[in-house]
Amino acid sequence: MKHYDAIIIGAGHNGLTNGAYLAKAGLDVLVVEKNDYIGGAAVSREMTDGYWYSSCSYVCSMMRQVIHRDLNLTRHGLMLVPYLGTAAFGKQGETMLSYTAEGPAYNEIRRISQHDADAMSRLMADLERYSTLIRKTLLRTPPDPTSFKPRDIMELLFLAKTFWEMGEEQLYEYIRFFTMSAAEFLEDYFENDFIKAAMATPGIIGTALGIYSPGSAYILLHHVMGDVDGNIGAWGLARGGMGAISNALAGALQEHGGEIKTKAGVDQIMVKDSKVKGVVLENGDELTSDIVVSNLDAKRTFTKVMDQKDLPPGIYEKANNFKIRGSSGKVNIALSGVPKFTGVPDNRYINRGGQAFIGGLETLERAYDCWKRGEWSSDPFIESVIPSAWDPTVAPAGNHWMSNFIQYCPPKLADGPWTPEKRDAFGQTVIDKIERHAPGFKDLIVHMEVRTPHEIENEVGLTEGNIFQGELTIDQLLFNRPFPGYAQYRMPVKNMYMCGSSTHPGGGVSSACGANAAREILIDLKKPNTVPEDDCYDD
Amino acid sequence: MAGSSYDALVIGAGHNGLACAAILAKAGQKTLILEANETAGGLAGTREFTAGFSAPMAHSAAALPKTMIDELKLSSYGLEVGPALETVGLSEDGQHVHVIGDTVTGATDADAAAYPEYRAKLQRYAKVLKPIWEATLPRIGASSLKEALIYAQGALKMRMLGKEDMSEFLRILTLPMRDLVDEVFEDPKLQAVLSWDGLIGSKMAPRSPNNAVLPMLLRLGGVHGGDHMVPKGGMGAITKALLAAAQKQGVEVRFGAPIKKVIVEGSEAGQKATGVELVNGEIISAPKVISSADPKTTFFDLVGAPAFDVQFASRIKRLRAQGYVARFNAALSGLPDVPGLDGLSGRYIIAPSFDAIEFAFDDAKYGDASQHPVMEVTFPSVHDASLAPEGKHVLSAHVMYAPHDERSDWSHDARIRFTKAIGDALERHMPGIGSLIIQAELLTPKDIAADYHVAGGHWHHGEMALDQMLMMRPTYHAAQYSTPLQGLYLCGAGTHPGGGITGLPGRNAARQILR
Amino acid sequence: MTTKPSMKAFTEQVTELPPGLSPVDNYAGERLMTSPFHERQAALNLRDSWEAWNGYKFANHYYDVEYEYICIRNLCGTYDITPMQKYLIEGPDAEAMLNRMVTRDVNKLKVGRVTYCCWCTDEGRMIDDGTIFKLDEGRYMLTSGSPSNAWLRMAAFGFENVTYVDKTDDIGALSFQGPMTCEVLKKMGFEGIDTLKPFGIMHFPFAGDTIMISRTGFTGDLGYELWITADKGLELWDALYEAGADYGIQPYGEAATSMARLEAGFILPYVEFAESLKTVHFKHDQTPFELGLGWLVDFKKPHFSGRAALLEEKKRGPGYVLTKIEIEGNKPAEESHLYRDKACRKEIGWVTSAMWSPVVKSNIALAMIQPKYLSGDIWAEISYKKEMKPRWKIAKCTVVDKPFYTPARAKATPPPKF
Repeated sequence: MKHYDAIIIGAGHNGLTNGAYLAKAGLDVLVVEKNDYIGGAAVSREMTDGYWYSSCSYVCSMMRQVIHRDLNLTRHGLMLVPYLGTAAFGKQGETMLSYTAEGPAYNEIRRISQHDADAMSRLMADLERYSTLIRKTLLRTPPDPTSFKPRDIMELLFLAKTFWEMGEEQLYEYIRFFTMSAAEFLEDYFENDFIKAAMATPGIIGTALGIYSPGSAYILLHHVMGDVDGNIGAWGLARGGMGAISNALAGALQEHGGEIKTKAGVDQIMVKDSKVKGVVLENGDELTSDIVVSNLDAKRTFTKVMDQKDLPPGIYEKANNFKIRGSSGKVNIALSGVPKFTGVPDNRYINRGGQAFIGGLETLERAYDCWKRGEWSSDPFIESVIPSAWDPTVAPAGNHWMSNFIQYCPPKLADGPWTPEKRDAFGQTVIDKIERHAPGFKDLIVHMEVRTPHEIENEVGLTEGNIFQGELTIDQLLFNRPFPGYAQYRMPVKNMYMCGSSTHPGGGVSSACGANAAREILIDLKKPNTVPEDDCYDD
Repeated sequence: MAGSSYDALVIGAGHNGLACAAILAKAGQKTLILEANETAGGLAGTREFTAGFSAPMAHSAAALPKTMIDELKLSSYGLEVGPALETVGLSEDGQHVHVIGDTVTGATDADAAAYPEYRAKLQRYAKVLKPIWEATLPRIGASSLKEALIYAQGALKMRMLGKEDMSEFLRILTLPMRDLVDEVFEDPKLQAVLSWDGLIGSKMAPRSPNNAVLPMLLRLGGVHGGDHMVPKGGMGAITKALLAAAQKQGVEVRFGAPIKKVIVEGSEAGQKATGVELVNGEIISAPKVISSADPKTTFFDLVGAPAFDVQFASRIKRLRAQGYVARFNAALSGLPDVPGLDGLSGRYIIAPSFDAIEFAFDDAKYGDASQHPVMEVTFPSVHDASLAPEGKHVLSAHVMYAPHDERSDWSHDARIRFTKAIGDALERHMPGIGSLIIQAELLTPKDIAADYHVAGGHWHHGEMALDQMLMMRPTYHAAQYSTPLQGLYLCGAGTHPGGGITGLPGRNAARQILR
Repeated sequence: MTTKPSMKAFTEQVTELPPGLSPVDNYAGERLMTSPFHERQAALNLRDSWEAWNGYKFANHYYDVEYEYICIRNLCGTYDITPMQKYLIEGPDAEAMLNRMVTRDVNKLKVGRVTYCCWCTDEGRMIDDGTIFKLDEGRYMLTSGSPSNAWLRMAAFGFENVTYVDKTDDIGALSFQGPMTCEVLKKMGFEGIDTLKPFGIMHFPFAGDTIMISRTGFTGDLGYELWITADKGLELWDALYEAGADYGIQPYGEAATSMARLEAGFILPYVEFAESLKTVHFKHDQTPFELGLGWLVDFKKPHFSGRAALLEEKKRGPGYVLTKIEIEGNKPAEESHLYRDKACRKEIGWVTSAMWSPVVKSNIALAMIQPKYLSGDIWAEISYKKEMKPRWKIAKCTVVDKPFYTPARAKATPPPKF
């Protein structure tokens, strides 16, 4: 069998990015994937005739544009389309629409609260300030604060300088923001419950925290710091679905001679003399390589595909304690037409984007309470997008597919494991809520696919179906991600690396984790570093 | 009696006010303490809740540091540190979990084996933080190198922990109690007991990240390294010793002297606090007015928001300071006989699991008192016989969670309901106690706010959350004990390092003022 | 007629109508609000040149920018300032509250007078500027360029006896500027208007209502601002245009205003200063001292928001100061960098707004310049285009102390006839 320079486990976007950069640097690279398709959670699948679901991740704003450019992703078929126009729905059926132009956007909030309309600009400035700052760290390897190596100290100084440039008062505000709950953070700005709830929802997406849990304000930032062409907070769709991103990355990988092997689930990472030697596939094949890069989450990497005896003491326990909690569900729906949402005008711009079925702050928090008890809420938070309104390639003309992301959905139910019946009941809860805001919605449904954490874990391999490959709480951010001491992508076994979202900067289809890991590998191989440390934003 | 015969006025004779005044007086400052109530102590004081029966507001002390005892020579004023109290996680079936020192009994062997190392680890971290708690933390933009030194020292101490320990420290600092404890221990009762000291007094539950570990580490800095204690003669001894120490240094104390407002004089040179006006109209002047009241009371009620800049006032306004702990005091005709317990000198926690605490919190966050409250119970009369008539006893409980802004605004029914829920929990864990109760008192956070002049009825004068701690307590621009209003200082629990009977805010404030 | 967005749920607006009736405007939410004068202004806006200001539709220009500008200096013109935010602040604590909020001493303001003012963050960075009208004891109107409800709420916190109401949509406001304005108002029958001094207020009965006229404006010329209940807006417009017909009355828009105000040396948000609360980057906002508005900061007041920080700023001295300069040649120095030397080695500032001034025949600009270089040479690097071909030149700049254009009529009471 052929010996590779590097084997990457998992053909998700980070694994492919990592592989592409390594291949570009001249390495002989193989990406192995357990499924018979690539993409992991950035995938488009034709689940029913003519409808291509982005079955897991569904929108994109964090994709680093410098990677897009570096890896020629446009040439490999990727096109990101910013989408606009979202409608938020409150518990009394009230709506808040997002208009792109400043005047209408202001008037729309003013319709609900004059005070909050005035305060919105302050929030936007503050979020942009925090985003700009965090964005600078995305493509950088986190420093080890316990280390005295020049590189770590320089990096710490870089961070300190970046933060210091905010000015003292803003620095305090930033610390507050970083540690607060999304709801309480927004108390500083708004008076209206619905507006607060609508602005706070990014704070809970994908996380096992409530809207009032300290730390959720950062999650909010994690979702709004993304940008499309420098427009912070803007979201984009990949033409052809999220799989287009993975396909383009795969194209880049193959362009540089990298290989991909699907239906090749890894049973075990081979370790000999405290060095990785390659992987054993589930079918028993042994593939050897100098380097193994795991794109699996930290927990899966160390507790499923590695033998505890191959690990230094403590790592297994750390991996076990790694907080990776399933909290989200996904319902993909094929529709025979555009739903008509109550309170949303038939405006060609507004009715095409996303919907957020919110309720109020208490609705969101109570949904979290249900999750804690191992139940799903009868009134969950649903974030929906109808990508086919923008993308002609994902549904037959005149038909649509709607992505519905649900927070929260427990990984385990209080009354036993997930069963197909319970899964369907969960799906029913979701469409019931949408139907309340869009009478006749159910009649449009052609096909529906419900994914609880259980399904997401089984298919994609994310432990508990956690979309971030690990909670984004401070104890698992920056130099603490995935564990203190291992945040620089090198893992405790020699020549082994991690490149998934379990590493800095965490979840989101950013490709940053994979790129950062490639940088560290190239540094270790003493090869020229071809991975950028900064995105192409002029200051 | 006008005139400026004092150098400093201290508002409030709680432990922080007393500590602050004592140190100022020792440095030669002529200091007067003005206390609204008739006795010293404030929230660290003792209250007679029914004829012949008294209970301390804080029924045990964990955080009182040796530094305070030594610096103020409290031993020579009668303070004798009591032995460490065992903390007991009560079980309805009598299989209680006991925690004292390095010993855990009643949980699994693995838990018992893991505890000493866990405790040692936390104590190492507590030690790193000790100099931080005992210093004024300068603004991040501190202009003088000497000021900034405290941060450098902190960083150095952290580094001296060693690589592994330092990383772990940085990781656990923001963990929710549930994760911190769950990683190590498996017994649900033990888990609840060990998370208790991170949560008590806060609007937080075991799953809430970021804000629990730091306050817990502050509590671990006490004389018994985290174990609670009651001084000889009861909790009242702390206040007594502090009062005696202050008076010995020449501090004057006036009781029953509630303050109407702080007098602010403005001129072209700006405005400054020049004294106070008492409710009875008397005016007392002094160049320094030092308030041990909570920040909201100080800035808004005593001075008035308009004297401050708009954003500063707004930050104080949004300070999270809503009490979520109720006090429950009961006069007992005798001590209950609790199966599985030998004597009742300990601290008894009724919280069977993380979830029990979490779900109790869930009720409260929507403004309802917990249907199944969790609580910490002591019998103060066991330590201080003077609290109850001979042969009779007092039960004291900190009960969570009781929202300050209860939906029904603590209607009579709501109080009855909550009292009954407390009674039920007590009866389940201490069978027969119901028949021993002669009289009981429920103090909701709203009552605490009214009786102790604490906005929101928050024990710690403000949530001990990361965004309201350290150099941000209560908020930047007021975290170095001075305030934007010249002549006005803070020395209460609303300042660094925060709540708990430490006396450190008062001490640090006095030292900073003298500087 | 104002079309303030309805407070009703949107559902009611989009309910399907029975066939035969006009369809619902599905784009209602996309459309800007219109001022009480909109109907007339829209008819006159031959260039369909509209912009948005605080959610309102308002004109950039109507016919020709230069022409409109000349009307301000030569005849008279109206500029719709309805979108400017107007707050009625009332109560025994109103004065104290305003005094806490703004840097100027409101105590000194007499009933029937107006004052220009600014307000700052705790750090002394400018949030906005505006005017305060003292309508009566304990009764003020505050105007501001940007919405200020959120800030007012914060500033009013702690005062028991003060209320503030946003009157923006209820009051139609026209800025009426130019040498002939007084004549027109006299012709309309506002007797005694010629006795109104700069920054004074008068009230007159009008159309069964009351019109408030203040001698204020943003052009540095003779001019008035007219304030009327929104539903009387068209009546005012018609009366004004009837009386003004013989005096060449002309609506003008944002573009002409911007020219006139530059000659007068007035500042514009997002041109000269960034509103602090909306500023992303550290110190990309300004203090009043940097903007040459130190005279608005009254340290004799024992306290106002930002006092401590501003006192320090004053002691330290601002890093840059907004300065009026004249530049050789005739190429406007828009977005130019300024240098100490002709070789452009040492950068000392930048131009915030610039134009060729038709009345003073000079190439004028406002610029942020480091104060220590004000006494030396100042050179501007000017980029411009000559029939699409980019050019650049280095031009010498001269610091000017006074506003570029200060007609005597602006201050004279009564104003001269022409």
